[in-house]
Amino acid sequence: MKTIKLILASIILSMGATSCSKEDDSPIIEENPMAQFNMVSQMEANGHTVELYADGEGFTTGYNEIYIRIKDNDRETYFANPKITWTPMMYMQAMMHTGPKSLLGATENNTVLKGYLVFQMAGNEDEYWDLTLNYKVEGTEYTVKKNIDVNHPTDGKQKVTTFTGSDNVKYVLAMVSPQKPKEGLNNMAAVLYKMESMKEFSLVENYTITLDPRMTSMGNHGSPNNKDLTYDATSQMYQGQLSLSMTGYWKLNLKVLNESGELLKGEDVTEENEASSLYFELEF
Amino acid sequence: MKVKESVQRVCHTLLALYKHGLCKGIVMGCVAFPSFISAQELVLPQDSIIMINLEEVIMISAQKAFNFRKQAKPLSSLDEFLESSKKVAMVKRGGYAWEPTLNNMFSERLSVTIDGMRIFGACTDKMDPITSYVDASNLSKAHIASGQQGAKHGNTIGGAIDLELDKSNFRNTGFRGGVESGFEGNNQQSIIGGELNYSGAKFYADTDIIYRKTENYKAGGDKEVLFSQFTKYNISANLGYKLTDDNAITASFIFDEARDVGYPALPMDVSSAKAIIGSIGYEQDSLGGRLQHWNSKLYMNTITHVMDDTNRPDVAIHMDMPGWSDTYGFFSEARLNGDSNKLMFKVDGYYNRSLAEMTMYPQDPNEKPMFMLTWPDVRTANGAIYVEDELSLKGSSLKIATRIALQNQNVADEFGLNSLRIFYPEMEASKPRFLKSISGQWHKMWMPWHLNAGVSYGDRAPSVTEGYGFYLFNSFDNHDYVGDPRLKNEKSMEVNAKLSYVKPKFNISAEANFFHIPDYIIGVVDPSLSAMTLGADGVKMYKNLSYARLFNTSLDAEYALLPELKWTGDVSYHLGTDNQGANLPFISPLSYRSGVQYDKNTFSVAVKMSGATKQVNYNPEYGEDQTLAYTVFSISIGKTFYMNNDSIMAKVGVENIFDKEYSTYTDWKNIPRMGRNIFLTLTYSIK
Repeated sequence: MKTIKLILASIILSMGATSCSKEDDSPIIEENPMAQFNMVSQMEANGHTVELYADGEGFTTGYNEIYIRIKDNDRETYFANPKITWTPMMYMQAMMHTGPKSLLGATENNTVLKGYLVFQMAGNEDEYWDLTLNYKVEGTEYTVKKNIDVNHPTDGKQKVTTFTGSDNVKYVLAMVSPQKPKEGLNNMAAVLYKMESMKEFSLVENYTITLDPRMTSMGNHGSPNNKDLTYDATSQMYQGQLSLSMTGYWKLNLKVLNESGELLKGEDVTEENEASSLYFELEF
Repeated sequence: MKVKESVQRVCHTLLALYKHGLCKGIVMGCVAFPSFISAQELVLPQDSIIMINLEEVIMISAQKAFNFRKQAKPLSSLDEFLESSKKVAMVKRGGYAWEPTLNNMFSERLSVTIDGMRIFGACTDKMDPITSYVDASNLSKAHIASGQQGAKHGNTIGGAIDLELDKSNFRNTGFRGGVESGFEGNNQQSIIGGELNYSGAKFYADTDIIYRKTENYKAGGDKEVLFSQFTKYNISANLGYKLTDDNAITASFIFDEARDVGYPALPMDVSSAKAIIGSIGYEQDSLGGRLQHWNSKLYMNTITHVMDDTNRPDVAIHMDMPGWSDTYGFFSEARLNGDSNKLMFKVDGYYNRSLAEMTMYPQDPNEKPMFMLTWPDVRTANGAIYVEDELSLKGSSLKIATRIALQNQNVADEFGLNSLRIFYPEMEASKPRFLKSISGQWHKMWMPWHLNAGVSYGDRAPSVTEGYGFYLFNSFDNHDYVGDPRLKNEKSMEVNAKLSYVKPKFNISAEANFFHIPDYIIGVVDPSLSAMTLGADGVKMYKNLSYARLFNTSLDAEYALLPELKWTGDVSYHLGTDNQGANLPFISPLSYRSGVQYDKNTFSVAVKMSGATKQVNYNPEYGEDQTLAYTVFSISIGKTFYMNNDSIMAKVGVENIFDKEYSTYTDWKNIPRMGRNIFLTLTYSIK
């Protein structure tokens, strides 16, 4: 009997030990967790390489979901649980300003952090974006900064829009999904930011974004069963439903209403008014 | 000028055949296999079955040489033949491919088959009724059965049309051949066809080819109806081989293609509508015990339909709308003849795949084409048993029939399923249904009086369009239609009665039927939806009305003034209302027909009149407007010339003699019917 208890105790203890070991800071070694993404930027400084990954080929105007990890160049390994903050900055001829960004949060792999940036505009010959990263690994803080190329999406479709609301506030609205629209009902998500200053954007909660997709090449007809976008606190995004009854070019006409239902921007689509001044575009 | 050309063409063809020595061979063959056509075979057996069934049989081209003489217009299209039926009306969207309706019900409520084979059109806009994929030249008869009496080949509400292929069926007729040519003045239609048949006790082979080409037709008053042209050709072959005295294998094959078909009532035309229809069969006289006439068939058909609008001027947005429909099926039937009853058993099944798509090309060439599936690759599997029994009672007879079917429809295309889930997010890809039909038909005779009466119940599944159609534009009421896979089966409760007085020289009959149709399927406007088609007024969703009612009644008479001079006449009246008492669309006003036919030896004359009164019961809500009254007249004269064994039959005639400009309640968007039309037909038969 005693031996059984002993065995049981040791089993329980060893289980505790193994589960504890998951909490430690040793990097999880596995096949490259970023294999299915493209490296869109690589910043070398401080004996480290900061790698930025995305789904697409590079940074584009609009919503960019980005994965970051930091490599120790000497050890050829990635730091576990790095603490990173980031700041994009646009240098225009007359001024400079930042853009909306999320916090960087953990992913399943403890060497990789995930977040998003929204670029309101593309860079060009005279104007450019850079990205500053402040990070802390193994108790030491570092900074790295690099210019990045932000281009319009290859299909040229509008996925982000900046507007001044009837409340005289500047907003940035960016489409998060669908990234790959399909025939039928699509989950639609968007993020809305308020421009507090040139250097700060804040997340806007509890507004409503109405949705009215139209096929402009075919009599501007709409589609049934769309759902307006409402704020979802869990994802911190506006979620709704987009109905696409055929393939082709769709203009997603939008209106933004504040918590009290007051119209801040956008117009209804009517016989006389073909489109809202606030819209996204997609084509598939 | 054209007439002369056609005559010349026939003569050239005949000359060529002679030169080729083919005819000599045929003549030799005839010597070796003495052929005959007995007039007896051609008379319809007026037996009790027909009296019970109230089935109408239209002779088309059975045994052409004999039968053509009796027909007013021997080389008319199948559509024209069907229109001569008392029960059938043809919906016209142009000069070609009219859609048959029976008891004022359309294709989805009918069972239309070719030799019992199920075929489904591939056009979402009903431009290709099944009847457009055969030609009168290779059909012998059309069997038209009203209501549940048509349940033999499929579930139906309104009735059935079964087109019977023309086969020699081991009759000992040896080689026979024929060349036929026709010309019609109004639309400059030229028709040329030929057939070559061999039939003996052991083996038969029938082959047939026909080509028709028309230009636009002209309505009364010489008004050209643009986009009403068509070209069609049809090749068919039927084979039979007797394995023993008791059993035989058969095969049939049809290739049919229509090209450059205009549909003046629709916004689009058809560049090609093609069907390949094939079957193999096995027939055995007895199947052990008292089971007899065992007949089985395996069949398949494939239809490709290409709709386009490239010939239309001022099209805001060009569209391609191809459709495909493939069907594989079988049936097997046998009879059991008892002392006082005749039983028939049939099992059948089919598998159909219907797919149609629409691609629209934006004017901005940089934009991607817009695409949708209008029929989302719907796979329908249907299996059924049918049993009928004909009982002889004391002084009367009773026929009872039942059909039980299991059907499943499955949306095989993910894209299409997602499209429909816009409307029905919870929709399953697969939908099973159970279908049934039961009918009783009673016949009592007190010479010369006959009384037929029947009651029946049946149901049908929604058609692919009604269940799964996605933004299908209907130009009649100018709405887009969206199907609903959750629709309930449409049911029908029917009563019918017919009283006839039949004497050799005179007969008259009065007939009526009434349908109460719970869950009647029809499109209902949904004001919350926005139309997809440019210029459409809105969107209609298919719904089950709580019920609709249809009533049809007719009186027809025939009187032989002289043995060779016969008068026929009929008049019919129809009503159809929905559950609110509002009129249903496409219900005939009072219509009438009358004709005199003179037949003596080789000479025949027929004068006919037909017309309708002003339409009173119509419904603008269903896109209908009032159709005015009309009466039109036609005449035809025929003469047969014999040369040795061969014969040439010539027929000339004028339709719509007074060039009346008119349209009927079945004319889509009131496109006018053909004005005065002079036709000429020449048939050269070689025996």
